[in-house]
Amino acid sequence: MAKPEINLPNDINAQTLGKRRSLLSIIVAKFFQNKLAVIALVVLSIIITSAILAPLITPHDPNLQNLRHRLEPPGPEFWLGTDHLGRDLFSRLLYGGRVSLTVGFVAMIGAVSIGTTIGAIAGFFGGKVDAFLMRLVDVIISFPNIFLLITLVAVLEPSMEILILVFALLSWTGTSRLVRGEFLTLKNREFVLAARTIGMSNTRIIFGQILPSAMGPVIVAATLAVGNFILAESTLSFLGLGIQPPRASWGNMLTYSQSVTIFRNAVWYPTFPGLAILITVLCFNFIGDGLRDALDPRIVEK
Amino acid sequence: MAKTLEQEKLTVNENQSDILLEVNGLKKFFPVKAGILQRTVGHVKAVDDVSFYVKKGETFGLVGESGCGKSTTGRTIIRLYEPTDGKVLFEGKDISNLNEKQLKPYRRDIQMVFQDPYSSLNPRKTVGTILEEPYRVHKLYSKAERKERVEHLLEKVGLNPDLRNRYPHEFSGGQRQRIGIARALTLNPKLIIGDEPVSALDVSIQSQVLNIMDDLQKDFGLTYLFIAHDLGVVKHISDRIGVMYLGKMMEIAPKRRLYSNPFHPYTQALLSAVPKSHPSEVKKERIILKGDVPSPSNPPKGCVFHTRCPKVMDHCKQEIPALKELEPGHFVACHLYE
Repeated sequence: MAKPEINLPNDINAQTLGKRRSLLSIIVAKFFQNKLAVIALVVLSIIITSAILAPLITPHDPNLQNLRHRLEPPGPEFWLGTDHLGRDLFSRLLYGGRVSLTVGFVAMIGAVSIGTTIGAIAGFFGGKVDAFLMRLVDVIISFPNIFLLITLVAVLEPSMEILILVFALLSWTGTSRLVRGEFLTLKNREFVLAARTIGMSNTRIIFGQILPSAMGPVIVAATLAVGNFILAESTLSFLGLGIQPPRASWGNMLTYSQSVTIFRNAVWYPTFPGLAILITVLCFNFIGDGLRDALDPRIVEK
Repeated sequence: MAKTLEQEKLTVNENQSDILLEVNGLKKFFPVKAGILQRTVGHVKAVDDVSFYVKKGETFGLVGESGCGKSTTGRTIIRLYEPTDGKVLFEGKDISNLNEKQLKPYRRDIQMVFQDPYSSLNPRKTVGTILEEPYRVHKLYSKAERKERVEHLLEKVGLNPDLRNRYPHEFSGGQRQRIGIARALTLNPKLIIGDEPVSALDVSIQSQVLNIMDDLQKDFGLTYLFIAHDLGVVKHISDRIGVMYLGKMMEIAPKRRLYSNPFHPYTQALLSAVPKSHPSEVKKERIILKGDVPSPSNPPKGCVFHTRCPKVMDHCKQEIPALKELEPGHFVACHLYE
């Protein structure tokens, strides 16, 4: 072969695009073999779409009080009934879904980004860096989560942004441990050594070589985390520390189920937000399961 | 008069251009940590004062039983491990203390073929991407040229170039190993370190891969440092052979000399363990060594082999024998020949 001459690369994207498409098709095919995950995906898509399209779908203003129609059972005018202030539950459910899903997704993206970066650095470099970062993780984990959340949200002004920020900053620890573990096993694989003998930079090895192989469990954990964040948001809102009324969220809609009268006389009121949380979180868990199977490289190999 | 390796080097220096790689007193100790504070309580002396040289265009075989430090030697030369001490001269320049940035040009000249074909290829990338990666890292060639070169390399190792869009898991072990060899060749290296490249393969595939490596050596003018524990394989491919035991180089000799007339008692025992390949061959007397290999974290004083040597003498337990040249090109580290 001729002596190599130097040319600047301008084809990196084109090359990786072609490759990803085919790997993706394997993963998609594997995912669709899991019926439960597919059903969950369909249901979740419906929930997400209706939350996004809430202004177009909802028949009433979610915050309009109509005291003549307090605690009306589900019927043709109010599809899912009304609450104790006569607000349409169906409308509030969709608008509440917007809030809950936004909190879940944004907090997940934040937590996973922080967790992945810190876990990757700790696992790849090892030694003192690893020890320091993992002790940091231990410190954060050792605080009882719900109390810390309550304290922080109480000290700061409760709002959606604060909720997201607090969730993201407190929940990256699981992801970072997961990623660190993956990196510890992967960094001594021979393909990583081969990348080093080529002269690849550490950044490129971490993000280009190891991370794609470590992403499977992370995506699964991320999916499950969305469910957990929705639950956590509901918990805080239920306790009055999350999303503040009149803005609806699934959690604060449940707050009034604390009242026995409502619980006994207007069963639909706590039922529908409760079901919404249950179904959404279940869907995320099923999808997470499906993704776990689809993304496992050993399964792809079969 | 026996010459030491130092003296031999002087004579070699006269035709310096012949020597591609020279390893000088290479040491690699791994710290042993214990306790809550992870204090270093000792060292595993994986490679302890190893010296040899590899001439241009030849194949230097490095043999020894598992755990003798031959793989560590290879990995330290290519700087996957930081050497504890010693020099690695590549084309006369010491590369053992360069940082990663200074090392980058040398990364193109020294490449490695790994032992396990199932873990040496990234499962998430296609063969084409894997083989193009070295070009991307070193910013070489245009897209079309890279593709062409990758296809050419695949052809060279006996694979269909159309397979470049396949993933590693779609290939067999032998095919994967050939892809590994193709990757090592991408940057036109001068030296390829084979870290037991055929040990994980079936015997029938072994010979196939060895023959490909042989052909490539001629085509590309390669120099091999071939690490193996299989004496048959080493005999097949090597020009000169170094025998290692417990992190030390015991004997270095041209292939024929080593197999016909081994000097070191360890080499003699090792060679007597080779099964005869033909029934008509005269069965040599089997030398069976007593005991186990001592721990490299606490190697014996003096000659590391003295605990198992059938010809052990008193001063073997005190003094470390130096590697000396008994016949031209035949080095032995043993007190028997002083």
